Amino acid sequence: MSLKEETDALKKIPLFANLDPAKLKLLAFMSQRLTFEPGHAVFSQGDPGDAAYIVLDGEAVISIDTPKGKIDLARMGRNEILGEIAILCDVPRTAHVTAAENVPLVCLKIEKNDFLGLINEFPSMAVEIMRELARRIVNTNQQLRQAVAAKG
Amino acid sequence: MAADNEGQLDRSLYRYVLRYSVRDTLTICALVAAAQVFYYITLDLPKNIMNQGIQGRGIKFPVDVAGLGWLELDQLGYLFGLCALFLIAILVNGGLKQYVNSLKGKLGERLLRRLRFQLLARILRFPVPHFRKTSSGELIPMLTSEVEQIGGFMGDAFVQPLMQAGMLLTIAIFLFVQNPLMGLAAISLFPIQAYIVPKLQKRVKALGKERVKVVRKISERIGETVGGIQEVRTLGTSTWERADYSDRFGLVYRIRFDIYQRKSLVKFINNTLNQGAPLLFYGIGGYLVIHGSLSVGALVAALTAHKDMTAPWKELLDYYQQSQDAQQKYEQVIEQFQPESMVPESLHAPANDVAPRLDGPIVAAALAVQEDAQTKLLEGVNFTIAPGEHVAVVGPPGGGREAMAMTLARLYLPTGGTLRVGDIDLASLSEAALGARVGYVGPGAYIFSASIRDNLAYALRQRVLTPTEDAQRRAQLAEAERAGNLPLDIDAQWVDYAQAGAKDAADFDRVAADFLMRVDLAEDIFQLGLRGRIDPARRKSVADAILAARAAFRQRLSGSQANPALKGLVETFDPDRYNDNATLGENLLFGTPLDPSFESESLSTQPDFLAVLRKQGLEAELVTMGRKVAETMVELFAGLPAGHEFFDRFSFIAADDLPAYQAILSRTTPRPDGSLPDMDAEDRARLVALPLKLVDARHRLGLIDKAFKERALAARKALAAELPGTARAKIAFFDPDSYNAAASIQDNILFGRIAYGQAKAQATVGQTIREVLDALGLRERVFEIGLDFQAGVAGARLSPPQRQKLAIARALVKRPDILVFNDAVAALDRAAQARVLDQVIEAARGTTLVWSTQDAASAPRFARAMVFSDGRLVQDGPVDDLKAREGMLKEMLAAE
Repeated sequence: MSLKEETDALKKIPLFANLDPAKLKLLAFMSQRLTFEPGHAVFSQGDPGDAAYIVLDGEAVISIDTPKGKIDLARMGRNEILGEIAILCDVPRTAHVTAAENVPLVCLKIEKNDFLGLINEFPSMAVEIMRELARRIVNTNQQLRQAVAAKG
Repeated sequence: MAADNEGQLDRSLYRYVLRYSVRDTLTICALVAAAQVFYYITLDLPKNIMNQGIQGRGIKFPVDVAGLGWLELDQLGYLFGLCALFLIAILVNGGLKQYVNSLKGKLGERLLRRLRFQLLARILRFPVPHFRKTSSGELIPMLTSEVEQIGGFMGDAFVQPLMQAGMLLTIAIFLFVQNPLMGLAAISLFPIQAYIVPKLQKRVKALGKERVKVVRKISERIGETVGGIQEVRTLGTSTWERADYSDRFGLVYRIRFDIYQRKSLVKFINNTLNQGAPLLFYGIGGYLVIHGSLSVGALVAALTAHKDMTAPWKELLDYYQQSQDAQQKYEQVIEQFQPESMVPESLHAPANDVAPRLDGPIVAAALAVQEDAQTKLLEGVNFTIAPGEHVAVVGPPGGGREAMAMTLARLYLPTGGTLRVGDIDLASLSEAALGARVGYVGPGAYIFSASIRDNLAYALRQRVLTPTEDAQRRAQLAEAERAGNLPLDIDAQWVDYAQAGAKDAADFDRVAADFLMRVDLAEDIFQLGLRGRIDPARRKSVADAILAARAAFRQRLSGSQANPALKGLVETFDPDRYNDNATLGENLLFGTPLDPSFESESLSTQPDFLAVLRKQGLEAELVTMGRKVAETMVELFAGLPAGHEFFDRFSFIAADDLPAYQAILSRTTPRPDGSLPDMDAEDRARLVALPLKLVDARHRLGLIDKAFKERALAARKALAAELPGTARAKIAFFDPDSYNAAASIQDNILFGRIAYGQAKAQATVGQTIREVLDALGLRERVFEIGLDFQAGVAGARLSPPQRQKLAIARALVKRPDILVFNDAVAALDRAAQARVLDQVIEAARGTTLVWSTQDAASAPRFARAMVFSDGRLVQDGPVDDLKAREGMLKEMLAAE
């Protein structure tokens, strides 16, 4: 796995899809590639969020604590991003993320501070990210409206 | 120190010089007077040589020299005899002068040393609030450069005018003896000069004063700019700063040039008048010779004498200018060193004995502290604290709680009432005794530029413990005493280990560990120890123990005690394998550089290294690889502004070098067949430097493939075999059986690199190292190496909480009778605050403890609380009572 493949993985993340490839390469270079042994925790619910993880290989299990115990919510695979909100604002982790039982999980760890440092340097990146977030708000609004309409 | 610096410094530089050098000055005066006799002879003899020896006038040959008939000389013999006498007179006069100069130099240097020492001793006695008004930027130039200019003058203060005036007088007497009229002519113009020059000089003096003021202000501003450099950068005010300096330098320029012009005017007037005098000589002297009332010999001698006169006269005028300068500088310096209410000098007298215990009750009676006429910090404070009692002192900021703590540590002196401990008045306790018996930690404690261990031992240095035996050292101390300095040997034993309850220096480490543990710092010091280095030649037993730890670690990694959690977390150095987690440079050298020439920055220009690589055919490959790295780096980092932190953290190429690499890239565009054009040695070296820093597992540039690793391994073997002995001595090769002096303790134990990209590798490996060290009982050794860690200027290499914790340990380690803490833990996070407070309370069992804090919530940890507001003690009693009763403490606790 080389820098180029990691850059390609970044490109497939919607949040980063429209960013300048050269900047993505820099982001990949600055980020750390981490391997988690099967079953090992990536982060836990309530931890301060300091980084986002992009799955390069293997599978991650997302779970939350409930009064009845830990329940699994979802599984995430290749080219999916974990905890993306953490690199944009200060929120504690809302769920546990663990490497799946069978194979090691390989991630690209994007540190919040480095990512924000990059955005500070290249405001055009901020604009692209803003667009993506705005698009999501529009989608959410639309879904909400449809849901309300369907109900009413 | 002499009792005379108790009061004010002498206002006059002359009085100062005289006070400390009467005897030396008198000796010099006598010698100067003696020299004048011989000087007169050197003036008078030429006349006799001319008239009698050469012209044979007024004398009959052969001449009976002594009048006793045992030595008769003809004219030639007489001439040579006179010449010999002349030579002797010159030699004696010159010798005396040289001796006087040397005495004068010694006198001046001693006075300078004394003045410097006195000023420094005064800084140590400044009242604490004075430091808020005085910056070190002002004090430093005064003690370094300004005082030096004064010192240069002090040696001359009396001697120079005496010597020069003596010469002038001798010449004048000689001229008058030759002919009164000529004498008069020679000195006729002096009164005019003596009138004009001081007039001009007066303005120069005023300007000089102004210059010193402006320059001091500038040094203060420079201190400010340096201190606030981050603000200047982030607020973008460097242009404004430069404009400000430009303006200030302009003012200095105008003042200096004004002084220069006035000084040169004085010189011009002097020179003109000096040149005018010979005119009178030729006129009057010539007239007298023509009329026969003066011999030609006398005229020649008189002319020579007068020529000699200009030099001392000029010296005198220069001296006058210098004296004005020096006096003015002296005044300006000393006025900065006499603030109001300095700590009395008697309290600073060196201590000889163990300090008396302060084990009585602390009693404040009508205690008042004023910072100046307007600001009352404490007023009418009365309390008694029993020995061993623990008291929380709380209250609103500026309400007197901080001042109370500082007064207990005597950082403020009471301006009214008394503060006693038992029957000892705190105000009259010597500083050495206070330092030994009262421990104080303020909010921003200072850490000195020394090792952690020395910073702790600093608390045990109140007095010198051993006498000095060495003869040379004793002579130096005697000289120190002659110059009014402190005749105590800084190399003697000062640290009183017994005070800390330690037997000796080695035992002190054990005590230090105990206190550092209490303040939550032991783990940090241990980590610093792991990152520390030792010289295995000097500490062989430690190096051997670390090698044992290396073997034990290896067992856990892959041997009999293998820990599955460690699998793949450490890549051990193996002579036959390429280490993916080490740089290519390390892989090639297979060692750590002991010399800068083999460090990664300069390795690509190291001729021996390059020669072997070239022979292996690897250099060309590294150039190609370097070009690829350069391309990537330029692509990634070209858009970032120079100085961005990403360069330091991520780039192979410093921001400043980026343009140079861009130029190399455009110069070395590959030919159509893919090969690189020829390039010079410098370009090649710059390109080779890049891949040497490459860590395959970390950088993931995909440039190091399996085939390349094979070639790198071959090159490693070739380097090991073919590097000349001089080069080999500069590398600590990785050898499983020997300690690597250039690597840290941790790296020596690992004997490999922690793998990149393995989650929690650092933590798991760190835990294993700890287990290994504990199993071998080596934790203390590593801790001792941590104690060697240099804290840096003002403790800059430690974090603010670490500095504060170290300061608390420093106050505890001397085992004082009274402990005073003043917002000492404010810099720590809440959890650490609570932990350290618990430990301090535990450590202070049996010791009086005064804990002044902004955090009222911690007051319930104490049995008793005192509440200060508006400078008064408004509540004092058991915390449980105060909590229940209406009042300030209850309000403060409710507000939390």
